Parts: sequence; structure tokens; C-alpha cells
Amino acid sequence: MSAVTTSFPNTAAAWQLPSRGKVAMAGLIIAESAIFTIFVVAYLFYLGKSLTGPTPREVLETPIFYTICLLSSSLTIHLAAKFLARGIGFAFLGLWLLTIALGGLFLYGTAQEWHRLIYEHGLTISTNLFGTTYYSLVGLHAFHVTAGLVMLLTVAVLGLGGRVGVKQSGHIEVLSMYWHFVDAVWVVVFTVVYVLGR
Amino acid sequence: MSSNAITIPGTQIQARPWVDELHQWLTTVDHKRLGILYILSALLFLVIGGVEALIIRIQLMHSHNDFVSPQVFNRMFTMHGTTMIFFVAMPVLFGFANYLVPLMIGARDMAFPRLNAFSFWLSFLGGLLLYFSFLGGSGLYGAGNAPDVGWWAYAPLGARAFSPGHSSDYWTLALLVSGFGSIGTAINIIATIVCLRCPGMKISRMPLLVWLNLVMAGMVLIAITPLSAAQMMLLIDRYLGGHFFDTQAGGSAVLWMHFFWIFGHPEVYILIIPSFAFMSEIIPVFSRKPIFGYPVMVGATVCIAFVSMSVWAHHMFTIGMNSYANSFFVITTMAVGVPTGIKIFNWIGTMWGGRIQFKTPMLFSIAFLFQFLVAGLTGIIQSSAPVDWQLSLSYFVVAHFHYVIVGGILFALFAAFYYWYPKMIGRMLSERLGKWHFWLFLIGFHLTFDVMHIPGVLGMPRRIYTYEPGRGWDTLNLIISIGAFIQAIAILVFVANLIISYFKGAKAGNDPWDAWTLEWSVSSPPPAYNFATVPTVASRRPLWDLKHPEDPDSRYE
Repeated sequence: MSAVTTSFPNTAAAWQLPSRGKVAMAGLIIAESAIFTIFVVAYLFYLGKSLTGPTPREVLETPIFYTICLLSSSLTIHLAAKFLARGIGFAFLGLWLLTIALGGLFLYGTAQEWHRLIYEHGLTISTNLFGTTYYSLVGLHAFHVTAGLVMLLTVAVLGLGGRVGVKQSGHIEVLSMYWHFVDAVWVVVFTVVYVLGR
Repeated sequence: MSSNAITIPGTQIQARPWVDELHQWLTTVDHKRLGILYILSALLFLVIGGVEALIIRIQLMHSHNDFVSPQVFNRMFTMHGTTMIFFVAMPVLFGFANYLVPLMIGARDMAFPRLNAFSFWLSFLGGLLLYFSFLGGSGLYGAGNAPDVGWWAYAPLGARAFSPGHSSDYWTLALLVSGFGSIGTAINIIATIVCLRCPGMKISRMPLLVWLNLVMAGMVLIAITPLSAAQMMLLIDRYLGGHFFDTQAGGSAVLWMHFFWIFGHPEVYILIIPSFAFMSEIIPVFSRKPIFGYPVMVGATVCIAFVSMSVWAHHMFTIGMNSYANSFFVITTMAVGVPTGIKIFNWIGTMWGGRIQFKTPMLFSIAFLFQFLVAGLTGIIQSSAPVDWQLSLSYFVVAHFHYVIVGGILFALFAAFYYWYPKMIGRMLSERLGKWHFWLFLIGFHLTFDVMHIPGVLGMPRRIYTYEPGRGWDTLNLIISIGAFIQAIAILVFVANLIISYFKGAKAGNDPWDAWTLEWSVSSPPPAYNFATVPTVASRRPLWDLKHPEDPDSRYE
């Protein structure tokens, strides 16, 4: 039986396909966006429908400084990835650690806000609809920041051990896609919670 | 023999002890083995879900029956629906996608083999978690074990107050876990198709099965995730005292319905699109003609995926939306019939003038065409909101969606089993048993689900555990139940066929159907590495080109 073999006539000269890491991360981002969309819809749907206080207008303060921290970390991670691709290791590592610091600062900001809301205003997830939707949405985002920080820290540890070089630049770009996504989500969450929601 | 098996002297595979073999299967990252694991786990849950269906049908056989208690009846229909959708239909379709997509695009494996294994085990363990509720579900309250809130768990039924104990928690967690598995698999399928196609396999040359699975995976990303999000909210409500669906605190029960059906309706298309994919591969081969209207088929699929995202609230006409919302969802629902009609037209166009071979896969495919058409037509009937007000939550709806899922998806799956089993196992399924399976299942199916429309029109509501005599429902329900048992016998014939043919079936060879896609160019079952040399393709039917060098397709594309 020789009719069927795999020796197909050779035609393709240059055959370039996208990197699987980037495609998969794009897929994950689409899926995550859908999850966030549902939480955002729930937040907007329940605006002003709480039967008891406190209301967003009474207790929320706009976290401008921490927002600037998180958004600028997008810039630092982008530059870090660029430096790594060009093989400038120390600049990569410096900017990478700066990204982690900025992300950590943002998380600290969230923690502080939650502490204030819980202990000063008595707002918990079970207080009213605002509490439920607020902690869920902001918490979901904070969870993603935390997951991102864990990955960034892993890279930092490997980087400090001299294990991250030009070869890993593709992986780093995939990771930075995720971090940009986390930042972009914050833009939406910030708009919904602190601008439209008050 | 073909030249694609690499023979390395001295390293031939010896018979291993079964523990080793089991270990190999449990730790595998090979897309073919994972595909088979997906399919086996789905078959296991198919039998369980089928037994639940039979319990439902025995209970409804005649009026005032007390075969099971109302509480058990609620558990049975909840578990039947949840099992069949999440732990039968999804895994079996993912299994076929896993097995076939890399082979059809000339790849070595999926893009992320370990993610693939992880996703499979998530979905399988999700199923076990659901069934563990029978043992661990009663919790502190002694309040019933398995989930009993219906497969859509409308609020506030899922809330702590109305569903004490842990049964709903098992339901939520099982769906959340298997949902993450589905997302992983979807990402994997997309990355595989986008990034691992062999040279020459432009997207305009991909087999339709690959195209349709790409669309399906894209839908999984945006349709399964709302369900995951809603389950997280339900968990927050149940465990952290949240108020998302707590009407006492201003929460909305209708919001849960929206979130559920934003998932629930696209889910139907997530299941039916891979079934379309099987049809688009099988019908051409057994009609001995290339698919009619390839680009239109792709376009129609994308169109279905797009429109199906905006039809969900046709499940909610009876809750009282305003007339603008009703009109919108009526129109979108009717619109989705257009691309679907195009597909049916194209399959018939493929068969038209072909030399049709009535082998078992083709028999199931032809039955699929008719039954899916009828299912679509009863769908169009109900898409009209006033008609839906009358028919919603009656057995007419139950008959309609079983016509889609059994008459459409399951028939397509059986066709796929008979078509690709030789590739996966290396032996043909028996045609004799196959014909028995087909005719028995066809008769049983029509006895059950054709007749089921009638009590629906007569006003029999779904999910009732029994009914009064003298409403004209008794005989009909008896016929429906008899049909269910005929289907069960057909399934037994099918399982017997799978087992007997595994040992005794005729050797399949590489290409038993004289087909045209790449999976038939390798041995059956394919070697672990799939292709000894990376294939290069120049048309949509690479094997046709190879078999007919004097008249290749590539000349016309």
C-alpha cells in the first residue's frame, strides 16, 4: 500500500506563524475580560440599589496616587522588556524591580482603602449591595495584580540568579502582556467605581 | 506499507505490566491519549446521565407513579441536565477536537500539552466533584444530598436559605472547576490552530473541522466565562454573605438569569458547532464530493457564533421584559436561523449528485440533517415571544432542546465515532452492529421526542414529578418512556460494538474511507509523533492531491 504517504510536494518557502505564547495570552485576556465584564455589569446594575448605607459617595476616596503607580508600572515593564530584547540585563532588572515595587505599592493602597472602609465605615462584603459588588470587583482585580506580582517576582528571582537573558525575551513579553491587561482593567474599574459610581 | 512509521531497531514497544500502562495513561500529555481520555470520561458520564434519564422516564410512565420521591426526582433532572451538558457533551467534543485538530493541521501535538492534561483532569475531577455530592452533600442540615435546583439553579433557589447543606456548593464548584478546564482547552485549541499549522496550511485551506473548532474555542472564551463569573458571585453569596442574588437586600434574581443564559444559549452553539464540524467532514467523504461552498460554510459559522451571543434572553420571555427587549431577542433568534439554514443547504448541496455510500457514519449524518432541521423549526416557532409565553416551561421546550441535543449533537457524535474509531483504535466498528444501533436509536429517538411535543402543547409542565390522570397525558408519557428504553438498548449495542470491535474488528489500515484530510495519511492508530516528516499541503484536500497527482485540487484553488 503505497498510495498514502506523507511525502507531500514541497511548496511553501517561508512559513511564519505567530508565537503560541502570545496567542494563548491573548486568549486568556479575552476570557478574563469576559469575567470582568460580568462583574462590572453587576456593579453598574446595582449602583444606588443598596437598601442600607454606606453609599459610595459617603465613603469612597479616589486613589489617584496608587492609580498613577499602577499605570506607570505598565511603562516600566514595557521598557524592561525592550531592554531585555536588546540584551541590556541590568537595565531590565532595575526596571523589573521597579515594576514590582509599583505593583506592590498599588496593592498596599488597596489594602489601606479596605482597612479604612472596614474599620472606619463598617463596610464589609455582607453590609449591603455596594459592599458586595465593590469588594468583589476590586477584589477580583487585586487578585489579578497579586497573581501578576507572583509571576513578576519569580522572574525577578530568576533574573537576580542570572537566568533571564535575551533568549527569554519572548516569555517576558507574554508576561508583560498580562501586566498591561491588569492595568487596562484598572482603568475600567477606576472609571466605574470612582468616577461613574459616585 | 507506508513510509511514515519510524522503526528504530531494538526499541520496539514490549508488553508492559498494566500498572505501567495505567501510569502512562494517567500522566500522559499526548493529545491523542488525552482525546481518548476525554471521550472515555464522557462515555462514563453518558451512562450515568442516561440512567438518570431512565429514572425520570420510569417515574413519569403513568400518572401518580411513586417510583421515586419528589425530592429524588428533582435531583435526577438536575443531575441529568448538568451531567449531560458539562460532563458528556463538552468533554466528548473537546476529546474529538483534541484528537483530530493536531492531526488535521499536520502538527506534532497541541500547543501546550501539559495545559491540555491539566484541563482534562480539571474537567474530569469536576465531574467527580459533582457526583461526590451524593456522598458528601447533606452537610450539617441533613437537607438532601445531590443538587436539586435544576441545571440553571435560578435564584433564589441557589441561595443558602433555600438550598441549605452543601448540594448547591458541589454544583457550583463542579461547574467552576470544569469551566476553568474548558477555558484552558479553548486557549489551547486556538493557539494550536493559529500557531502550529504545517507549511501550506493557510487558513483558507484548513479542513472545516479545524475551522469550526476554532470558532467553537473562541465562543468558549467569551461564553463559558460569564458562567464562571456568576458561579463566583453565587459562592460569594453563599459563603461570604454577599447579596448579588439576594432579593431581600435589593439583589436581583433576574440578573442571575441573564448571567446564566448569556452563558447558556451560546453553550448550545458551542456544542452544535463541533457537530457541524463532524458533518462537514463526513458528508463529503461519503458523498464522494468536496464540500459545497467552503467559504460560505466558514462565513455562516462565524455568523452563527456572532448572532448566538445576542439571543440569550429568548429563554426569559416569560419573566416579563419590556417590549423592546422582547422584540430584540425575537429578531436575533429568528436571524440565527438564516446562517444555520445556509449550512443545511450546503450539506444537501454536497450530497446532491454525489455517489452516496450509506455506511453507518453517513446514516447518522443524514438523520442528523433531518432532525436538526426539525429542531431548528420548533426553535423558530418558540422564538416568537407570544408563542413562547404559551409553550415555555412545558414539555414542548423539553422536546425541542432534546431534538437539538440528541437528534442533532448526539447523532453527529455517533457519526463521528463510526468515522474516526478506525483511526483511533486501528480497527473498524462493526457495520452490522452499527446498523442495529442506528435503527434502534432512530426509532427510540423519534418515539420519545416526536411524541414529547404533544403533552407540551397539551400543557404538561416540565420538572413535575407526577401528574393527575385523565388529562390525556398518560398514553403519551408511556410511549415516551418506551422510546427512552429503546434508546438505552441502542446505547448498549453501541457500547458493545465499541468493545467487541476493539478486539475483533477488521483492521482499518491508514485510510479506510478513502478520505482527504491529513489524519488519514498516518497509520491507525497514529504513532506518538504523528508525522514522521512535517507534511506540506497545497490544497484543502491534501490526500486527494496525493492520490490523484494528475488532477490535484491545488490546480483549482
